[in-house]
Amino acid sequence: MLTLIVFLPLAAALALVALPRLGDPQARWAWVAVAAVDLALVVVVWARYATPPAGGLAFEERAAWMPGVNSSYHIGVDGFSLPLVAMTAVIFLACAVHALRERHRPRIQAALFLFLQSVSLGLFVAADLILFFVFFDLSIVGMYFVIAGWGHGNRGHSAMKFFLYTFLGSLALLVGFIGLYVAAEPHTFDIPELVAAAPLAGRPPRWRAGAGRDPGRPGGEDPHRPVPHLAAARAHRRAAVGSAVLAGVLLKMGTYGFVRIALPMLPQAWRAWAWVVIVVGVVSVIYGALVALAQTNVKRMIAYTSVNHMGYIALAVGAAGLVAADTTQARTVAVTGAVTQMVSHGLITAALFLLAGVLQDRAGTYDMGAYGGLATPAPVFATLFAVGAFASLGLPAFSGFIAEFQIFTGSVAVAPVTAIALVGILVTAALFLRALQEVFTGETRGHSLGFTDLRSSEVWSVGPLLLLSLVIGILPRPLLDVIEPASVAVVDLVGR
Amino acid sequence: MDAEMRMRPLLLLPEMLLFVGGLGALICGSFVPRQRQWLIRVLTAVVLIAAMTAAAVQLAGPAQRAFEGTYTIDTATGVARILAAFGTLLVLALAAEEIAGSARESETYALLLFATTGTVVLAGADDLLVLAAGFLLASIPLYGLIGLVNTTAGAEAAMKTYLMGALFGIVLLLGVTVLSGVTGTTMYEELEEGLARAPAAAVAVATVGVVAGLMFKAGGVPAHFWIPDVAQGSSATVATFLTTVPKIGALIAVYRLVGVLPDTASWPLLVALFAVASMTLGNLAAYWQNDPRRLLGWSTVSQVGFLLVPIVVTGRSNLALPSLLAYLAGYTVTNIAAFAIVAALPDRRNLAGYRGLATQRPWLAAALLVALLGLVGTPPAAVFVGKLTTAAAAWDGGYSWLAVVVFVNTVLSLFYYLRWIVPTYRHADADADADAGAAAQILGRRRCPRAPLSSRLRSASPRVSPPGPSGTWSASIRNRGAASTFFRCTGN
Repeated sequence: MLTLIVFLPLAAALALVALPRLGDPQARWAWVAVAAVDLALVVVVWARYATPPAGGLAFEERAAWMPGVNSSYHIGVDGFSLPLVAMTAVIFLACAVHALRERHRPRIQAALFLFLQSVSLGLFVAADLILFFVFFDLSIVGMYFVIAGWGHGNRGHSAMKFFLYTFLGSLALLVGFIGLYVAAEPHTFDIPELVAAAPLAGRPPRWRAGAGRDPGRPGGEDPHRPVPHLAAARAHRRAAVGSAVLAGVLLKMGTYGFVRIALPMLPQAWRAWAWVVIVVGVVSVIYGALVALAQTNVKRMIAYTSVNHMGYIALAVGAAGLVAADTTQARTVAVTGAVTQMVSHGLITAALFLLAGVLQDRAGTYDMGAYGGLATPAPVFATLFAVGAFASLGLPAFSGFIAEFQIFTGSVAVAPVTAIALVGILVTAALFLRALQEVFTGETRGHSLGFTDLRSSEVWSVGPLLLLSLVIGILPRPLLDVIEPASVAVVDLVGR
Repeated sequence: MDAEMRMRPLLLLPEMLLFVGGLGALICGSFVPRQRQWLIRVLTAVVLIAAMTAAAVQLAGPAQRAFEGTYTIDTATGVARILAAFGTLLVLALAAEEIAGSARESETYALLLFATTGTVVLAGADDLLVLAAGFLLASIPLYGLIGLVNTTAGAEAAMKTYLMGALFGIVLLLGVTVLSGVTGTTMYEELEEGLARAPAAAVAVATVGVVAGLMFKAGGVPAHFWIPDVAQGSSATVATFLTTVPKIGALIAVYRLVGVLPDTASWPLLVALFAVASMTLGNLAAYWQNDPRRLLGWSTVSQVGFLLVPIVVTGRSNLALPSLLAYLAGYTVTNIAAFAIVAALPDRRNLAGYRGLATQRPWLAAALLVALLGLVGTPPAAVFVGKLTTAAAAWDGGYSWLAVVVFVNTVLSLFYYLRWIVPTYRHADADADADAGAAAQILGRRRCPRAPLSSRLRSASPRVSPPGPSGTWSASIRNRGAASTFFRCTGN
């Protein structure tokens, strides 16, 4: 079942490449159809999902792959991966719908995005480090071509920069994986087995510090590391669907690596470095918010709010490492909040990037100063953008609130000083309100004159993402019921 | 007399098939009219397939030794036989297009078969003299193969290879002499005990000599200078063969040799130094190349460095041999694929010429992308498995720093492969400055129009100075004009 979900888009991508005579409209609709079928399959998996025992996986599949190094094709879902798999399928479907109006080589674009969908889904279900790495590296290759082929500005340069940074990060990751492999007895790359073995537990702390931090570094994908986030922000000079996928899905690979690999496999190292992670998290929350506030370019502003939002996740997983008596529940809440935030941020940021893409599409600029009073000619656009902005700043009734509320409840209970990150929420609120005011209110002027409102493909791509965020915000229970058992398990493991 | 000590020549059936096939190709080729030379090609292919089949059958059996214990038939030999024959078969497919109907067609096939035999003998040798014989059998056909091209560059490449080969052949024989001198035997089995009592300095010198000699065949530092010239100057068939198949035998020979060395010689460090030097120098030199074949030539030098990594941990990690064989297999197919693409586009002799390939020949461009990313070691390409397992083996064997060096060099290698990939996926009319130089811009360097290092490295040295520090070579730049004249004279 999972194999089908992962490889269906890839098969479709190959078919699209192999059929050059296919017309552009057919290619676009084929993409939508495949993405929809894939989402339907994910819904079926979700419906039949039963929480596996701690340390286990549901819908597990395993086949020999490289027996010589104990690496197998091992996939499965648990409370962390299932929500991200679902989010990935939703975002890619939204992108497919949004791209129905794409005129620039739609067939190749569809193939490339289907390929990216396959590798993203594969990464989230991988239960083997090498499989994880393979999908991770392929996502970089795929994204390189998305940026180089459909970006704007000096796209060759930003694509190359993105590729080099993330490739460098991925090799650091691989070195860490090999370290884990060598440290485990018997040597293995299997994630559940490594989790059970906690390979570096008995080693001196220095050794752990060196090898232990690597798995927490799934490369430049993780934008709260200071240098790569600049690359991430620059890489956003690209078409809307590319940004939506990068920010919505690919950025989650890094934070997913934390909860899937770093926390459970390296509990001692994680505890030793918890404060570092927390500080990085708090700094990126505040720094990301402040830099976003200084932007006049809508797209860059959204890119930097991603830095801010991913900071909350780092804060929460860092807090999970502060093991002390009576804090188990608080830490569980923090981890649950972190995973909820991954899903929530994916949905909301993808929606915002797709909306920002509309500005570029209509008027050719993202500059806030070039617009004004846009609400009059484009009321639907204004409404959806406002909804997205409020969801992003963490207004109650949206998924962002559920996530950030849990993160702060958990983190502040463990370490009260983390409350300073609340400033980030305030700044985010300010910057979104300022952006809304500047672009949508006042007298209609500049590029706002003659601005065409959202077309149906745009409404139907952005709308469902925001609607889903609203549904999670109002009825969070189904999502939290899936995540919480996994959080309990991982907090247990960190406490080892 | 036990089974180990008997001749058992039938165990060498694949080698015999290859060698006799070579003789057959040579003799039959003289009697077959030129337009029917494809018959010889078919004969060669049949011989290769037969050798592979025989090797596969023996691979299924237990490890055995032939010729009184001087030749081992085990997994490594079996894989080397199959890989070498398979690689030659792929080269043959490539050759069909390039040399069909040419004047030296059957000779080429014969020389390819002889060189393949030499490679396989190198891989199976369990005796220093067999090793030396394999070295010569693998080398001499190469000089002929390179010289078959009737161009100045081809003559230069042949001369350079010949001089390098002669020098390193002597160095290898020197090492063999010292080793057998201090132990009184040439058989690996007896060497092992003899060397433990031998003076460490003599063993170290001899090891350096033998390994350096084998590096000539593998095309690694310090005997790598002929590789880029051959890759550029000889025919595509020969370039592909030379940068791929001989490495298989040479590296397995190094693996076997270090397996019997005593710990007193600190050979792991020695091999590690060869490995680091090869990968780093190969990568740095490749970065400046503008001719895709020269670039590939340097890239094979760096690949030898990666291939030496598992040899460093021979005996310290169970992964050493499997990872070496896995890497060799991945490398063989990937490198041949990369050269085949270059051979398919003979009129594109510099990287800028690949601009727009993706729109004109999308499948070829996709193949190039896969081959080059494969050489980088991007998953899920075959070399990735090799790189992963070699790094794991190095770490497992206590050489974690070497694993890190492997990945640092992988990043380095990415830069020049990208210099090739990027223009390929650019529109032919795109802005010139934006593409080929993008990698260079990111490095913070301006694009280098003159490629000074490449021309420097391309310049031939008039005398064969010892492969010492690069200063010796760069000192000969001043004589470059004289050097070219020299080679032109000797070439014609």
